[in-house]
Amino acid sequence: MDQFLQHLVNGVMLGSTYALLGIGLTLIFGIMRIVNFTHGEFYALGAYMTYMMVSLLGLNFFAAILLATVIGILIGALFEFVILRRLKTTDIDSVMIVMIGLWIAMQNTEQLIWGGVAKLIPSPFSQQPMVFGPVSISPLKIFVLAAAVLLLIVFHVLINHTRLGLAMRSTFQDRDVAALMGVNVGTIYTATFALGSGLAAVAGALLGPVFLVSPTMGDLASLKAFAIVILGGLGSTVGATIGGFAIALVEEFGAGYISADYRDAFSFLVIVAVLILKPQGLFTMKERVG
Amino acid sequence: MIQKIFGALVVLGFATLPFWMNDPYILGLLILAGIFIIAAISLNLLLGYTGQLSLGHVAFFGIGAYTSALLSSGFDVDLGFGTTLVVAPKPVWLSFLAGIVMAALFGWLVGRLAFRVRGAYFVILTVSFAQVMRLIALNWVDLTEGPMAINNIPAFTLWLPGLGVTTLTSKAQNYWLILAVAVISFVLVAHIVHSRVGRALIALRENEGLARSVGIPVTHYLVLSTIVAAAIAGASGGLYTHYVRIVDPDVFMFIYTVTMIIMVVTGGKGTLSGPVIGGLIFGLMPEVLRDYARPEVQWIIYGVAIVLIIMFVPNGIVPALEKIWLRISAFGARFLPERLRPRLS
Amino acid sequence: MTFADNTIADMTPDSVIAPAAPIHASLEIKDIAVHIGGLVILERMSLSVPKGQIVSLIGPNGAGKTTAFNIITGYMKPTKGQVLFEGQDLIAMSPDEVAALGLVRTFQRTSIFAGCSVAENILTAMHLRGNASLWGSIFRLPSVAREEARLRAEVDNILAFVGLQGRAKEMAGSLAYGEQRLLGLAIALAARPKLLLLDEPAAGLNPSETGRFKELVRRIRDDGVTILLVEHDMHMVMSISDTVFVLNQGRIIASGPPAMVQNDPEVIKAYLGTGLKKRAQA
Repeated sequence: MDQFLQHLVNGVMLGSTYALLGIGLTLIFGIMRIVNFTHGEFYALGAYMTYMMVSLLGLNFFAAILLATVIGILIGALFEFVILRRLKTTDIDSVMIVMIGLWIAMQNTEQLIWGGVAKLIPSPFSQQPMVFGPVSISPLKIFVLAAAVLLLIVFHVLINHTRLGLAMRSTFQDRDVAALMGVNVGTIYTATFALGSGLAAVAGALLGPVFLVSPTMGDLASLKAFAIVILGGLGSTVGATIGGFAIALVEEFGAGYISADYRDAFSFLVIVAVLILKPQGLFTMKERVG
Repeated sequence: MIQKIFGALVVLGFATLPFWMNDPYILGLLILAGIFIIAAISLNLLLGYTGQLSLGHVAFFGIGAYTSALLSSGFDVDLGFGTTLVVAPKPVWLSFLAGIVMAALFGWLVGRLAFRVRGAYFVILTVSFAQVMRLIALNWVDLTEGPMAINNIPAFTLWLPGLGVTTLTSKAQNYWLILAVAVISFVLVAHIVHSRVGRALIALRENEGLARSVGIPVTHYLVLSTIVAAAIAGASGGLYTHYVRIVDPDVFMFIYTVTMIIMVVTGGKGTLSGPVIGGLIFGLMPEVLRDYARPEVQWIIYGVAIVLIIMFVPNGIVPALEKIWLRISAFGARFLPERLRPRLS
Repeated sequence: MTFADNTIADMTPDSVIAPAAPIHASLEIKDIAVHIGGLVILERMSLSVPKGQIVSLIGPNGAGKTTAFNIITGYMKPTKGQVLFEGQDLIAMSPDEVAALGLVRTFQRTSIFAGCSVAENILTAMHLRGNASLWGSIFRLPSVAREEARLRAEVDNILAFVGLQGRAKEMAGSLAYGEQRLLGLAIALAARPKLLLLDEPAAGLNPSETGRFKELVRRIRDDGVTILLVEHDMHMVMSISDTVFVLNQGRIIASGPPAMVQNDPEVIKAYLGTGLKKRAQA
């Protein structure tokens, strides 16, 4: 029972950041119909930027996380504006391959600059875990959970109660009608890709200090993000939120009770199970893609 | 007709290459490129002609490689409940065929499962499949030796007319074998593509709903396409196994699927020679770059090259070359007398 | 565009359109209901198509006509009801199985294989007329080669019938809209239908193109194919149909010969009295 609660707490913490990751991808995937293979790389970018600013530039930890997120947003906007927008093809395969090319370039740039050895991001929190009965949790993780939950709330307000959010939701439902209603679809696409990538970056910035930072950390993040989106249903931010927690809990309990080696495989099993049983995801009424 | 003559000349050129360029390094490069080209040809059938972006294709390559490796080396594996399965080493040609069959079997399995969904969900399912295969190869150490690799895999032993049973030891001999398999794969796919079966596959790519309305059973042909593509990929895996003679879980790496896709798409998906051109470029490029740049830089150049090619030549190199050729011949036709000019219909 | 002068019956025995054997082909649709998420799209819809007739299904937009087509041809499953073709219930069948029985439909939109040539479009649509297998194709067996030659010879006949002769090598996607509609019809004909379902074939066509289509539809019927037509163009519908069914808000509100339906007060009300009576001509 003690273990159960511990895993639960770990899972919730992990889940809050996974939710951010998943929401970012479901936005990009849902609104722009792009299978975004760079999503994990923005996650890694967020972590690496935080590392660079804290360890190499000596910036304040919290400022570094904020700055890393901003950089993620800017580079996302740049990618959309310079590359994606100019693609003459809208073939889903070709766009996917462009994303793969960018992914390769990004990951190897990170490897080139920082090398393949995993890096540690020092945090200002004490290493002493706080103990609540059977559960122990480090102050860093409490911070991560709090920050992630705050961001989730901010995001939900953004998407549901602002004009930008309204424009994004309408573009998701029907791009052409949204355009006829005066939505500048090009701007929305840039905003979507930037926002989505920014969410990935902040997830990476928050989890970077918790785990280690390595050039390949993005690959697993990408695949988990896809699992979250499939589980929650394409384009559903509520689904992605719940999916994020679900995947994290599956991972935690799976690693704890079944096998730690296959920890990352559980996400894949979830994908397979959902695609076989309920391909449209758990939270969406929309028909499946394609 | 002209195309067939041209093709025959190209094959002849490649076949005689070891005579006028007996550099083992270059032969080695071409062999590895050739193995990838065969895999790319198989992917082109599924991706270019049937229009399904399967990102798990490397799994079939790996399954073919491992199956052939295990059977030709012999293995024993503990099946639990105190039983052990012991398999004595089999002849290489048999193991190779078994690799093809095994890959085809998995192709059938994946096809039946994955084609319940379409589009991006299908992509994700196929990626996951390959990743799971990699994890199995890595962790089922009893069978696959895990990361320690299966070593000392026997080389190809073939019966050749006049020579009897020989083991292929020289680079040139392996080169010819791979060239032969490449030509066979190419012709096989060409025959399929220009037949009723091929038209059904293309119809699925172009307009699935319309294809249904004229009686084309969708799942049947999607699975068929996957099986054939998997079988050919399994063959290239088998070739890899007996040439390199070591197999480890890295054969399942996603990056190899990516390489194959790049070859197909940049060469020109849905064209017969696309994967060949793409395969030659991206098979040889890393080696050319190797002397001048670190691996990371090579990959960065790879990634940037992909983005640029899709941005500027979205249909691939072969279609772009075809357009140029059409322009040139249209221009040249002006100089021909009226009677001799090619007509549209 | 020109028409070939010969009728289809003049052509080779393996002819373009004639069904394989004369059967009492008829389509019976019984009490089809389609409820999706609380919405009633079709309710107690019944209609019958006697062999050799042209039957039209008309109704205001949103009445459920394309849904009915989707149900009949297996693209959708109804909540309730039966679709009987020559006595056989089609409900559980997939669209390709339905087509194999001889029910072929056209589509309102994107009705061609755009990336293929016109000839390849027809060849592809002749899928049911051949049975070349994978192995046969790989090894180019003589039987397969003969089948290919036979099919290719018929492509020109089909193209000539719809008036696209000489366009065989062009890319289907580069044809003009009206020509694409003709190609869509040719594709359906290539699949050798006993019953042809035409989904708004005249949509977007100008009056002279519509007139030609009307002629084609008549000739197809004359060659033994039963036709079920969904159409908005009332001139066309009233002038060529043997029977007309009127669908409104998911229910059949009238059925019978064109003249009778034109004067039915329920029908006129459904169309908001647009002067249907006056405008339709024989």
